[in-house]
Amino acid sequence: MTGAGEHIIEVRDLVKKFGSFVANDHLTFHVERGEIFGFLGANGAGKTTAIRILCGLSYPTSGEIMVAGHDVYKERERIKRKIGYMSQKFSLYEDLTVSENIRLYAGIYSLGRQEIHAREAQLLERLGLTHIKHRLIREIPLGWKQKLAFSVAIFHKPAIVFLDEPTGGVDPITRRQFWEMIHDATQEGITVFVTTHYMDEAEYCDRVSIMVEGRIEALDTPGGLKQSYASRNMNEVFLKLARK
Amino acid sequence: MSLIINQVDKAFESIQALSQVNFEVREGELFGLIGPDGAGKSTLFRIMASLLIPDAGSCSMLGYDVVREYRKVRQIIGYMPGRFSLYMDLSVEENLAFYARVFGTTVEENYDLIRDVYEQIAPYKKRLAGRLSGGMKQKLALSCALIHRPRVLILDEPTTGVDAVSRREFWEMLKKIQAEGITTVVSTPYMDEAELCDRVALMQKGSLLAVADPSALAEGGQKLLYSLRSAKGVYAYLEQVRALEGCRHAWLFGDELHVTLRSEGDAAGIQSAMDQWDDASLQWQAIVPNIEDRFMGLLQQESEVLSGKEGDI
Repeated sequence: MTGAGEHIIEVRDLVKKFGSFVANDHLTFHVERGEIFGFLGANGAGKTTAIRILCGLSYPTSGEIMVAGHDVYKERERIKRKIGYMSQKFSLYEDLTVSENIRLYAGIYSLGRQEIHAREAQLLERLGLTHIKHRLIREIPLGWKQKLAFSVAIFHKPAIVFLDEPTGGVDPITRRQFWEMIHDATQEGITVFVTTHYMDEAEYCDRVSIMVEGRIEALDTPGGLKQSYASRNMNEVFLKLARK
Repeated sequence: MSLIINQVDKAFESIQALSQVNFEVREGELFGLIGPDGAGKSTLFRIMASLLIPDAGSCSMLGYDVVREYRKVRQIIGYMPGRFSLYMDLSVEENLAFYARVFGTTVEENYDLIRDVYEQIAPYKKRLAGRLSGGMKQKLALSCALIHRPRVLILDEPTTGVDAVSRREFWEMLKKIQAEGITTVVSTPYMDEAELCDRVALMQKGSLLAVADPSALAEGGQKLLYSLRSAKGVYAYLEQVRALEGCRHAWLFGDELHVTLRSEGDAAGIQSAMDQWDDASLQWQAIVPNIEDRFMGLLQQESEVLSGKEGDI
């Protein structure tokens, strides 16, 4: 971890209401630079609402929230430049080629032509995808797609990457290779904010928060949570907390 | 036999979605089809539900051929596709009544079968299906698939994207449905759910890798699998372990590494190498593989056989 102790995300008293429904109920937490932060919760607990606010896509009702040093009320465009985002549901354009997707995203983040060219070649080489760079995304296997989508999400070297259920449906080996890529990204100083329904993946996080009905019910290292809830693994912790 | 799948092939243009798929499901069984996206699970389910015709081979439900006798098949099965087949602009109770009427029955006639599931969503029965949460849609879809009391229930990835608690509740419901004597075939990408089935078929890229009961499957690769734990966390050891002589594969596995040896004789050498690592908290022990280990083992065997053949797409 570089600059341990520095808070790359700082959230105080985040509240988000939709009419009378409170989706996020006074969330207070921080994420340290360079850590893998697991953001867990049952369907409907309010995770997506909070992620949208942290990514600068929606305004909170109240609370103080800083992401990568910028205020989510006033500096949303600056936040968007400093983050990467990937979800299982949407990440790459199916009707563009591998290479076109890389160049599209790099262009959005205003990387220069020469830099894009050099780093695209590097990236394809590392993923072993050089021979299929002119294939359409819809023609390549899901596992490759997910690895490419992650690489594209961090291509512009963001401070934070948000991963929303990045491994849904992929085979167990690809899922593990994906987590090795996540660990590698943290070596480069990228902070990882990740949601998942696979509880073994919660073990790979430095710290994990568990949301229940709009509130953060627990936040600790996986080891600390297992101890506090007298559980053998994160699945048990989750089952004890997520439905009361 | 409730279901017989015999040498089924299916291709979409150049993509071979299923090749030579062969298995049987016994009457009253809870049978799991386990595999990642793209394995061919949905294609196979659509053939079983008489919605797709196989290129070769045959499939029968309780003795009825799914191609020639599709009308009969459709009466005896309940099918819950991966994407919800609910009418989003009808309410919860309208959806249920609609499905009952299509099958010439009434909600009242079979209500006892769906009571446990339906009562959880009954407070919202006037709500449009499109406005339900994912978990509630899943329960409504299951109620609709059951309302004509099918003899065989086919559920295509009912728990994908569903949280761990809701997944557990869903499987408790499946056990109750099984107790009613309904044969159930369910697909899932979650390996832990395989352990809840009577028997499972493991699938990858259109082919079956194995069909067995979960405990027999787990026994397959015994004596070569070890677990490594450390108070310092195991990620830091991953590359170190992979570099050891005698290590065939090593993967993260929750808070452990699962390590497959090349041969039983390699255990001692690895043990003494680890003694040099100066970490008193290291725990290294032989373990019995679970379904996920087994599935990964089969995937690796397959890719080792294929290696040398570059680019399989």
